[in-house]
Amino acid sequence: MSKKTLTNNGSKSVRAKQVPGRFGLYGGRYVPETLMAALEELESAYAKAKLDSKFQKELRGLLTHYVGRPTPLYFAQRLSKHLGGAKIYLKREDLLHTGAHKINNSLGQVLLARRMGKKRIIAETGAGQHGVATATVCALFGLECVVYMGTEDMRRQELNVFRMRLLGAEVHGVDAGSRTLKDAINEAMRDWVTNVRNSYYLLGSALGAHPYPTMVRDFQSVIGREARAQILKAEGKLPTAIIACVGGGSNAIGIFHEFLKDKKVKLIGVEAGGRGLGLGDHAARFAGGTPGVLQGTYSYLLQDEAGQVATTHSVSAGLDYPSIGPEHAALHDTGRAEYVYATDQEALEGLKLLSQQEGIIPALESAHAVVEAAKRAPKMKKSEVIIVNVSGRGDKDIGILRENLTLS
Amino acid sequence: MLTFKSRPGLVVYVTCGDPDLATSRAVILAAIDAGADVIELGVPFSDPVADGPVIQRASERALKSGTTLHDVLALAGEIRKARPSAGVIVFSYLNPILRFGMERFAKEAALAGVDGVLVTDMTVEESATYCEIMHSRNLQTIFLAAPTSTDARLKKIAAASRGFIYAVSRTGVTGTKLQSDVRGDAEQLVKRIRKISKLPIAVGFGISSPADFRAVGEYADAAVIGSAIVKIIEENGDSAAKAADAVAQWINSLKSIGSKARA
Ligand SMILES: Cc1ncc(COP(=O)(O)O)c(C=O)c1O
Repeated sequence: MSKKTLTNNGSKSVRAKQVPGRFGLYGGRYVPETLMAALEELESAYAKAKLDSKFQKELRGLLTHYVGRPTPLYFAQRLSKHLGGAKIYLKREDLLHTGAHKINNSLGQVLLARRMGKKRIIAETGAGQHGVATATVCALFGLECVVYMGTEDMRRQELNVFRMRLLGAEVHGVDAGSRTLKDAINEAMRDWVTNVRNSYYLLGSALGAHPYPTMVRDFQSVIGREARAQILKAEGKLPTAIIACVGGGSNAIGIFHEFLKDKKVKLIGVEAGGRGLGLGDHAARFAGGTPGVLQGTYSYLLQDEAGQVATTHSVSAGLDYPSIGPEHAALHDTGRAEYVYATDQEALEGLKLLSQQEGIIPALESAHAVVEAAKRAPKMKKSEVIIVNVSGRGDKDIGILRENLTLS
Repeated sequence: MLTFKSRPGLVVYVTCGDPDLATSRAVILAAIDAGADVIELGVPFSDPVADGPVIQRASERALKSGTTLHDVLALAGEIRKARPSAGVIVFSYLNPILRFGMERFAKEAALAGVDGVLVTDMTVEESATYCEIMHSRNLQTIFLAAPTSTDARLKKIAAASRGFIYAVSRTGVTGTKLQSDVRGDAEQLVKRIRKISKLPIAVGFGISSPADFRAVGEYADAAVIGSAIVKIIEENGDSAAKAADAVAQWINSLKSIGSKARA
């Protein structure tokens, strides 16, 4: 099935596309054998839940009444005028309960974990948003919640650490590597390998071994379904471009997915350019990475010549990760989506811009997408439309912002 | 050659380049002379998800000393020359091999005299191309079987395996102590594999005492000792000769008790 995918001599077999868990050449399942039975169990439980109208009804009900869906698609009139080109719409995932898109996925997976009879939930977190979302839904259902977080991220997102603990979660600091998201995932996987019989690993992005990239995408694709209907209603046409930031890739694939078939709609992912394009200074996988396997999946990876995974840097903890969801790797190679990056400095400017033009303080992650919109809009016609996915709000970033922004 | 001279046979894992290649070389030769049947040459990796703290620290030290897959293959060649009949396996995570190039890896490993390869995160489902390439160079593909593996999975694992099957003693990462209640896990697993495969079975993860070693001999063909050895190297890493002596002594104590059990 995976023939030639990992040793391909440049031949991009289209055949591999039909395999579940493969996106073109990318994806798959590369984990210690101990986890394989759990992944198979998860795959079949999810396949059943997906077709179960009771499950879907429960999910929809909670998304509406607990999480706060649908989120508005808001026309940012002042920002659009300020930039003097395309009309910019903001998909307001920042308005969701807990403050980011992450809860769309946490809720879906926790419902699944309950169906599977798992009472202990393991999660990793970078910016803390996935950890907070998971701690929240665990509190909602009375489940034990253990969150792994790099100590560098605990420092820079300390408000979220407190929130998780307040919600009853156990937060474990991880003191390895860059002390960021990748290292937290390693430790979460070690916990899972040890407690696999009674624990559910609630992965927070469209990453990891099959079925996670597909399942997380499905739970997040509600963003794009809403946005597509909303823009058709507001403008009577599809947008020229959709822009989202890309850490592991869940908010981006969530808003892109419904538009994949609309070939004229440009899909633009924005990675973290950090402080420059030297290895170790950024997390722009498509600018500096090559295909490789990390944490269960085959995708673009920032690595050195010996195949050791590189350290990364971004001012935003949520984008600070050396690999990228495998579906994005495939969208990149086919050219269906385009990937660019924004630097730390640009993201800080973007955050300030949206705050002062619209009264919306985005998360530093989302600010990367705002920057790209600000670069493109002035060059576009006034009749054109851009949708920016505002994946989260900036409250969690106030500490870093105070360190990095000078306000007059 | 991947054969076990006595029961249980002894497989010794060493993270290559911890703290430097000269120490690894001295330790490995001493281990073979003390009676190890097979040596697993561990390739250090930045993200060893299947490993506990002891081997994580060893990987960090090995990476700090600049150890690459290329160095590990060179070391394999030296070991092969110095001890022609010892079994030599390369034990790695997938990514360093991918980056090296799988065909190139197979070719150079075969040239160095390596007998087999174990890739921790290579699942049987993804292994068709990998097995084809390794088998074309007469490299044995060793796969892990876990207590959580279903019988359907064990069948696939047995079909793809060559040389021996590595049975993981319990759920968890390397290095955590075996608990008496999970001894059943390993024994159960070995029994299930025996129904499916005639290949020898080595049990590993958490074997750290002569008693563990002896117990494994009662139901499996070999025992893999990793973290316990790596820990001795860690404690004696300031001198290659000292580390080699300490490892040899430890293996001697293991072996003498092992053979007493058989008597
Ligand atoms: C607000 C926000 N946006 C984006 C991300 C990046 O994740 P993903 O690429 O999976 O959307 C995070 C991750 O923590 C986040 O908190």
